[in-house]
Amino acid sequence: MTDKVLTRITVNGVLHERWVEPRQHLVDYLRDELGLKGTRSGCEHGVCGACTVRIDGDIVRGCLTLAVQADGARVETIEGVSDSGEIADLQHAFLESNALQCGFCTPGMLLTADALLKSEPAASREQIREHMSGNYCRCTGYHAIVDAVESTRETRRLAGCGGDRHE
Amino acid sequence: MNDLVAPPVVAEAAAPPHIGRRVVRPNARRLTEGRGTYVDDVELPRMAHVVYLRSPHAHARVVSVDVTAAHAMPGVIAIVDGARLAQVCAPFVGTLSHMVGMRSAPQYAIAIDRACWQGEAVLAIVADTRALAEDAVETIVVEWEPLPAVADMETALAPQTPVIHAELGSNLCYHRELDTGGVDAAFAGADVVVEETYVFGRHTGVTMEPRSVLADFNPAERRLTVHHSHQAPHMMADLYARQLGLPEADVRVICRDVGGSFGIKVHAYADDFATVALAVLLKRPVKFVADRLESFVTDIHAREHRVKARLALTREGRMLAFDIDDLTGIGPYSMFPRTSVVEGNQVVNITGGPYNHPEYRAKLDVVFQNKVQTSQYRGVGHPVACAVTEGIVDLAAVRMGIDPLELRRRNVMEDDSYPRKGASGIVLEKLSHQQCLAKLETMIDYPALRQEQAELRKKGIYRGIGIAVLIELTNPGAAFYGVGGARIAAQEGATVRLDPTGVVHCAVGVGEQGQGTETIFAQIAADEVGLPLAAVRIITGDTAVTPYGGGTWASRGAGIGGEAVLQASRQLRTNILALAAAHLKRDAGELDVADGKVRDRATQATLVDFAELGRIAYFRPDLLPQGFQSELVVTRHYSQRTYPFVFTNGVQASYVEVDIETGFVKLLKHWAVEDCGRVINPLLLDEQIRGAIVQGIGGALFEECLYDGSGLLRNGSMADYLVPMASEMPDIEVAHVETPTRTSELGAKGAGEAGTAGAPAAVMNAINDALAPFDVRVTAQPFTPEKILRALNKI
Amino acid sequence: MKAPRFAYTRVTTVADAVSLLRQHGDDARLLAGGQTLLATLNMRLSEPVVLVDITGIEALHGVAVQDGFLRIGALTRHVDIERSELVAQRLPLLTQAVPFLAHAAIRNRGTFGGSVAFADPAAEWPACALAADGELILSNGTNERRVMAGDFFIDLYQTDLHPDELIIAVEFPLPGRQRRFAFTELARRHGDYAIVGIAVAGDISGGVMGDLRIVFLGVGNTPMRALGAETALNGKRGDPAVLAAAIASLSEDIAPSDDLYTSAAAKSHLAGVLLQRAVKSLLHEGETP
Repeated sequence: MTDKVLTRITVNGVLHERWVEPRQHLVDYLRDELGLKGTRSGCEHGVCGACTVRIDGDIVRGCLTLAVQADGARVETIEGVSDSGEIADLQHAFLESNALQCGFCTPGMLLTADALLKSEPAASREQIREHMSGNYCRCTGYHAIVDAVESTRETRRLAGCGGDRHE
Repeated sequence: MNDLVAPPVVAEAAAPPHIGRRVVRPNARRLTEGRGTYVDDVELPRMAHVVYLRSPHAHARVVSVDVTAAHAMPGVIAIVDGARLAQVCAPFVGTLSHMVGMRSAPQYAIAIDRACWQGEAVLAIVADTRALAEDAVETIVVEWEPLPAVADMETALAPQTPVIHAELGSNLCYHRELDTGGVDAAFAGADVVVEETYVFGRHTGVTMEPRSVLADFNPAERRLTVHHSHQAPHMMADLYARQLGLPEADVRVICRDVGGSFGIKVHAYADDFATVALAVLLKRPVKFVADRLESFVTDIHAREHRVKARLALTREGRMLAFDIDDLTGIGPYSMFPRTSVVEGNQVVNITGGPYNHPEYRAKLDVVFQNKVQTSQYRGVGHPVACAVTEGIVDLAAVRMGIDPLELRRRNVMEDDSYPRKGASGIVLEKLSHQQCLAKLETMIDYPALRQEQAELRKKGIYRGIGIAVLIELTNPGAAFYGVGGARIAAQEGATVRLDPTGVVHCAVGVGEQGQGTETIFAQIAADEVGLPLAAVRIITGDTAVTPYGGGTWASRGAGIGGEAVLQASRQLRTNILALAAAHLKRDAGELDVADGKVRDRATQATLVDFAELGRIAYFRPDLLPQGFQSELVVTRHYSQRTYPFVFTNGVQASYVEVDIETGFVKLLKHWAVEDCGRVINPLLLDEQIRGAIVQGIGGALFEECLYDGSGLLRNGSMADYLVPMASEMPDIEVAHVETPTRTSELGAKGAGEAGTAGAPAAVMNAINDALAPFDVRVTAQPFTPEKILRALNKI
Repeated sequence: MKAPRFAYTRVTTVADAVSLLRQHGDDARLLAGGQTLLATLNMRLSEPVVLVDITGIEALHGVAVQDGFLRIGALTRHVDIERSELVAQRLPLLTQAVPFLAHAAIRNRGTFGGSVAFADPAAEWPACALAADGELILSNGTNERRVMAGDFFIDLYQTDLHPDELIIAVEFPLPGRQRRFAFTELARRHGDYAIVGIAVAGDISGGVMGDLRIVFLGVGNTPMRALGAETALNGKRGDPAVLAAAIASLSEDIAPSDDLYTSAAAKSHLAGVLLQRAVKSLLHEGETP
């Protein structure tokens, strides 16, 4: 019964059908099976947030989700949202504020920040800090990350695309 | 009308210099898109994965190992022990000859028969995947004979404590004393003497990307390529060559994106040698990526110190003498090759560093213990030295009723007193303590802040202001390692090359870890060659193509590497001008370069661009005068030889609120004034300083590797070892004073570590200032609610 | 740090889940949000033979008001509670507590029932279930039984849930107009497990407290109801002497032990501080505890 399970997951808009070991978590599935290396494995016990991806629109910890659990789901990774341009404004703001150094936490940081800006388009600096507090960055002092999220909040507000909550 | 017929050559405005500007990192875009390449992203044909079976005991003998079941597990390629690996990789000893008298014991890539800390590898299991290797590990039966462990550094030298390495005779690794001679007299004659003991918890670096190494040995050519998450690729190439008996010319180390390092990745770990040796032994690529749990028991730790400090002053508040006694525990082996004594050594060198006191005495004991090895981690001794210095200065201020900022003003070395020596003997080129203090005072509006503090105190709200003056050692020469016999390059080289398309490539030995090294090199090259930033390409992190260099550590990247880039770029500019002069049949002195074009110095008219010059030089040299040879590749080296180190300085302030009912500390704001010489890119510099401050705050409030009495780590996971997160961190304001170093033409000093150096002291002083109405102090980092409640006598 | 091998199966009915539990006994583990389980699997702290994914059981999802109760399906995610207007209006205690619960990405997957079943004494939901007098509906596929939260949490990670049972839902009596709630906790970092936390429900009438239910988290093997403190405070206004008496009675009510960073003594002290703050918040609605 520990056999591989046929799993169909739509990743970044492409349906992938793979036999996967039940024990394989979503990060290893994305990285090892699909070659999507942008999702980083930082702790594998659900603390650091580097492996944040979206399942059916919600951010999740990739290391606390089995690939087989995502069967039938829609998964988006940093590669997907980069290719589509969905978070280009946020990525730009991260560069402009120098909100990253080594970049290892950045994909998870970006997806986490984007989720906040979509659910709370008027998030305060304090709310941003709270929301981002599940994502660990060892290089920056978080200050620039908060700056970047704030500036994107303003750009989006001006552009009138506050967005809907992810339900 | 004229311009319709023959457009005049319009004089072009010179491009603004790139140095000094907030230039966005061109190489960061790929990281925001998840397109970086860290070691674990690299996959090679026939690549195998190694998992190390690690000791669950702090000190134990391996009685027997049964791998029968593991050999039969699917995907298992090899199971290798220390004795077998020692046939491929020689043992190593982490000592430096200039640390006189220091000792350590030989360490093997994989321990043979005995493990000396919880986490030391005793067996390598190589399999097709990490998961399969872990499956196999579970089936291996090891019979351990636990040995008495040395856990507490305070008793490590006691006669009844077992000696870890019998051949050394004791658990003492290194002892140093420094004495200016008049300390006892100074204390005897002092009006005021304050005394306090400071305790520092063990930290570890917790880089986001764990330590990673992928060794690829081609037995046909006997060439080794190592993909490494590392700060010093040339050092590692040299060490792999030496320990494995390969010609260094056949060893290549490639460091692409590095996911954080902070000193954690500047060392040569036993795991690194083991992984490389396995690749040689098994004749195939072997990858090792530490998982987070093994990171906690194998990445170097740092900062386990206990410092007893005394300070003597006159009644006017003039400092007369510092006297410290530092004890530090470093694990069972001094780390290779940079050793584990540098941290303590720097505590000795730097304590009291900002001040004018004439007398100084320091005693240092570095002892072995059965815990993870410690070594250089961001700040290296500075956070300890600064907390001791600034803690005891604040204590003196409280005792004497002098404002802490004022007491510092009275004692810092005057800005016009350089070059000079400090009491410990350190040579200081030029510092700016007075300017920095003045700037900080304005920046934080000190009188207003004090007034707010006083008013809130009446309402039962306890806020504190903490100040920390600091010095930081940067731009080292050979004094650090080279003189002690370690083959760690003290110079840096840069090779710049103009290509036929007019683009300049610049290869440097110093690599990128995210701090923005490549960007500032591009800025320097752009300005010094004279072309747009977009026309510069930087190459780092590959020993096969970059000039031999030391890498990135001790805040040397900008100052040392940057100067090499500057010198090489200037020469390339001269060579380009010579080429243009030959091509245009003009005197080079009449020509100038800007924005990738050569122009007439007198009229500023553009005469020819770099792409055209490149075309001629590479494809049509026949058009150039006989006897002229263009030279479009230039290498220049730089080593800082004027001083052992170029010191920087700065001052930080922390504003906190202590909840005296809960012992919780809320960080309200943090400020830093920093003098790192010439500022190359304030955008990158400021967040670099903020990141360093947050790492310092981590030590002050959260981080500590907690050990039990038997030497076992109790909080070795990310859930239990607390690193600072966004919610608890304050906004951090950064300002600069610029005192360029004259040891280079660039004038840049290092900036990577000062934040970490000063933050713990500032936060400690702020907490103690908040607690002042209760006449209690805390001095043992991290300052947990528990410790604050105990100090307040609430529990 | 890779999970050991196990089998995985998805079920869509309680009966199917129970049948697998019966078949495999201790070797089977239910998988709901998996936010605790998967971390322990990755660390090989737990080695089940089969994971039974119950997230496909429709009947276990959703929040609803029915028959005078607020019913929270076991598979309701933390985020669903966070965003539920119904919960905010009918049982604001849960809305107050949810921001303390880990982080957004965890709240998007972790479930109410999973947290209650795991019964971590430092977790928010077990304490809230007890403070809001929740009743658990448990099923073995054929029979349902109801257990009050007060009877459900037995000891450290031990509950009244039988090996062949699932939590179907937790039902909370709809509070009356005088009922107020307070929740707060102390954690070193936002989203960490609390050192100490408190969930309080009580009727406030003319500034007098009544029918209090005071529950602490992090200070015992289960969520700890502070009966002594309740007695000291019921019928009182919360003046300093009364509060002092209530705090004094905590020594009988809670049984903290040392953890990595905080001693039992400190936790006891902090519990008193939180009690004081929660009572103040209860009496002055709108104030953050």
